[in-house]
Amino acid sequence: MFATAALVTALTLWGSPLRAQDAVPAAPDSLAAGSSSEPSSHAAPAPASGLAVTDAPNDAGRSLALSWKASPNDAPGRLDVTNYLLERSIAPAGPWSPVDSVLAGTLTLNDGSVRRDVDYFYRVTSVGPGGRTLAGSVTGPVRATSQWINSTRYSVMLLSGLFFAFVLYFIGSAQAGKKPFIRRIPGVDAIEEAIGRATEMGRPVLYVPGVTDIDDIQTVAGLVILENVAKVTARYQTPIRVPVPYPIPFAIAEDMVKSGYLHAGRPEQYDPDSVRFISPEQFAYVAAVTGIMLRDKPAAHIFMGAFFAESLLLAETGFSTGAIQVAGTANVHQLPFFVVACDYTLIGEELFAASAYLSGEPKLVGSLKGADLIKVVIIAIVIVGCVLETLGRHGLTTWLSTQ
Amino acid sequence: MGFVDWVSRLDRRWIFLTMGLLVLGPLLHPLALPIHVTPPVRGFVTAVDAVPKGSTVLMSCDYDPASIPEMVPMTRTAFRHLMSRDCHVVVTCLWAGGAGLVDSIITEVAREFPGKTYGVDWVNLGYKAGNEAVMVVLGQGISNAFPRDYWGHDVKSLPMMSSVRDYSSFPLLVNISAGYPGTKEWVQQVQGRFHLKMVAGVTAVSAPEYYPYLQSGQLQGLLGGMAGAAEYEVARGEKGSATRGMDGQSLGHLFVALCIIMGNVVARVQKKKER
Amino acid sequence: MKRELPLFLTAVIGIFMILSFFVPHQWVSVPADFLQTCAIIVVAFGYVLGGANVLRVNLEAISKREPDWAFKLVLVGSLVVTFVVGIFDGIRSHGAFPGENSPSKWIYDNMYSAMGATMFALLAFFIASAAFRAFRIRTFEAGLLAVAALIVMLGRVPVGDVMTSWLPEWMRLGSLQQWIMDFPQNASKRAILIGAALGVMATGLRVILGIERSYLSGED
Repeated sequence: MFATAALVTALTLWGSPLRAQDAVPAAPDSLAAGSSSEPSSHAAPAPASGLAVTDAPNDAGRSLALSWKASPNDAPGRLDVTNYLLERSIAPAGPWSPVDSVLAGTLTLNDGSVRRDVDYFYRVTSVGPGGRTLAGSVTGPVRATSQWINSTRYSVMLLSGLFFAFVLYFIGSAQAGKKPFIRRIPGVDAIEEAIGRATEMGRPVLYVPGVTDIDDIQTVAGLVILENVAKVTARYQTPIRVPVPYPIPFAIAEDMVKSGYLHAGRPEQYDPDSVRFISPEQFAYVAAVTGIMLRDKPAAHIFMGAFFAESLLLAETGFSTGAIQVAGTANVHQLPFFVVACDYTLIGEELFAASAYLSGEPKLVGSLKGADLIKVVIIAIVIVGCVLETLGRHGLTTWLSTQ
Repeated sequence: MGFVDWVSRLDRRWIFLTMGLLVLGPLLHPLALPIHVTPPVRGFVTAVDAVPKGSTVLMSCDYDPASIPEMVPMTRTAFRHLMSRDCHVVVTCLWAGGAGLVDSIITEVAREFPGKTYGVDWVNLGYKAGNEAVMVVLGQGISNAFPRDYWGHDVKSLPMMSSVRDYSSFPLLVNISAGYPGTKEWVQQVQGRFHLKMVAGVTAVSAPEYYPYLQSGQLQGLLGGMAGAAEYEVARGEKGSATRGMDGQSLGHLFVALCIIMGNVVARVQKKKER
Repeated sequence: MKRELPLFLTAVIGIFMILSFFVPHQWVSVPADFLQTCAIIVVAFGYVLGGANVLRVNLEAISKREPDWAFKLVLVGSLVVTFVVGIFDGIRSHGAFPGENSPSKWIYDNMYSAMGATMFALLAFFIASAAFRAFRIRTFEAGLLAVAALIVMLGRVPVGDVMTSWLPEWMRLGSLQQWIMDFPQNASKRAILIGAALGVMATGLRVILGIERSYLSGED
């Protein structure tokens, strides 16, 4: 552990910062100190000083951090300095190209347009109505280098590592035959009950996998649950309708439903029209889904995934048709709407646990156990953090903040 | 008992009608209820005021026409606020249906500043598909994600964009969003990674979700729905559409509260009757 | 093979992207940036697939004269008209967004905007009817919830402060709702958010490790 830390420290120091003491005298050129570029009643401002350029840490060698001391004439309310002009060159004698011009009062700048592992020289000029004054020295050479580890993310790395270790451990132990206990999730149990009711009534089941694209993990969770739902509908020989708002989840949903019918041993019953692409337009999608609710009168509505303003529009319309409704979302602000308008609601992480719960596959259930254990660790950190902050000790908070 | 029975059998379309009239009435005859500026909105105003004059601000407007009443007043006031502070504004949109709307709003507000020119004082980069991926690519360089602006100009050729490279060029990110992708994603992908100061305007229904970010300082200010927009207008001394809409929203909220109370009274009386 | 290759790609790219969060070096960050850009392109191609499905499902329903086929005709008609107009406007404006007076902008302003706003506005009515029908105070906890809901609902709008203007500042609905939003609401929301975030990580890990593989394809 210490060896790793030492290695990382060494790597971080590798591109060691170059400070102002490495400054070399400025080469004379057209911006020589005290020269005035335009006639003015003001005198040219005093120069800025102490330009320090350091390699910006924790990046891919894409930027250098510049800081300097203000010109003595740069004070609030005085207009002697309007800007600082920062310039860069690959040789101490120039030619110089402007990096940026910042307003008076600003004393730092990040130069994100540098090339990696190239030596640069910098200089700063005070600009005012009375002219421009170049600082007495040029700073450099300094180069931007790449770092291997983002040293501000150790805390995330440690916690993620711990989390992955817990999950893998419980998956392993589940595979070895130790099936972990998982509490009842009434909302998930209700899904089968709802499908059963639809079967009795001879009406279809409507499954809505949320309104976001595949890059939202809630959509992935919704689609995984869909496969389990399709298995049950195939077993009960009940038609299923799956309106999908985005093209990629649509293609996956088709596969899921097909797979559900295949696993249930009824591939011939799969209806290619059961999964439909609608529109990524939120309310066009709502119009289409509520249309399906009112026309096809499904007896069970299952909403699993990410939902926004449409949650209540869907759930209230669904309620008016008398269907049994089960919803699940990790979008906390939509939960109240589902809770009031649906018969069962999966709250937050229950959505992600549902596929493991439904399939009962030990490996999946094991991963839930790992997540539970890391929660204990987080609770401990929250409590310790609160105590430390109350005592005025900020070490833990600083260690946990990332960049 | 007759009244309770009548209420319990009430067709829900009567509720719809009452709600419609309560919202419409004050729009025609304003009640001019006083509006107080709350701390999250004050934080928003202070954060924008703290931006040095002349600097460039990124403003991402992630919504579509569905949320016009809540989002447009915020966009209008925020853009006007930035322009009046002589800030340069780079506008982006991550919702396919929003780009045209956003352009209409900012063009309309920009007309109030005759000295300001497109490409010099503000740039509209338009829409780009890809949600969070776009946010990440913007971090590599603005022109990497948006090589051309809304009007098809080469972004690098616009005078204002010569000094804008990536997130490090912006002292503030203003995000007006109605859902996904929006404030949550900007906080997670951009504020968290690049430590950019950020303020947000969101729909009323989603506002509670962002309070943790507000309290942790990841958001410097928050406008929640039309109420937030109205407070922002009041704080800026404007009288926009959000301020006008607040009377209707007040009565709407009052009616929903009444519905909850009535619903419970009716349920209780009926239960007693059944016993 | 049809299944192993996607699983392998998912695992390699997934682990690589996790790595890129911790390793800023160009050997990791440059390929990671490239993959992010690829994602944008892949998403754009997906729409062709979706458009084809819309046409197939609806044209079939029209040709079979299924119930409500006339609405499907309107749908397909609107899709084709908007698409064609968009293409022509795109050509005219050399790939930029269509200008102020273009037919696309007309469709956008007068149809798309109006219909979107109408659908969203329905929410106000549905909230009122849901409040009347479903918000029942059956337990003590539900009672607390209802009181908090009423305070926040009225405190968020000016009418709350007008109703309680005679009370001291801290007892007014506006101040009470701010307290509820800042503390009890925030604390519970954080707990759910942390739980959900762990759920996201666990699901992500299951997908990356190929434990949750059903999303790939139905065929083993």
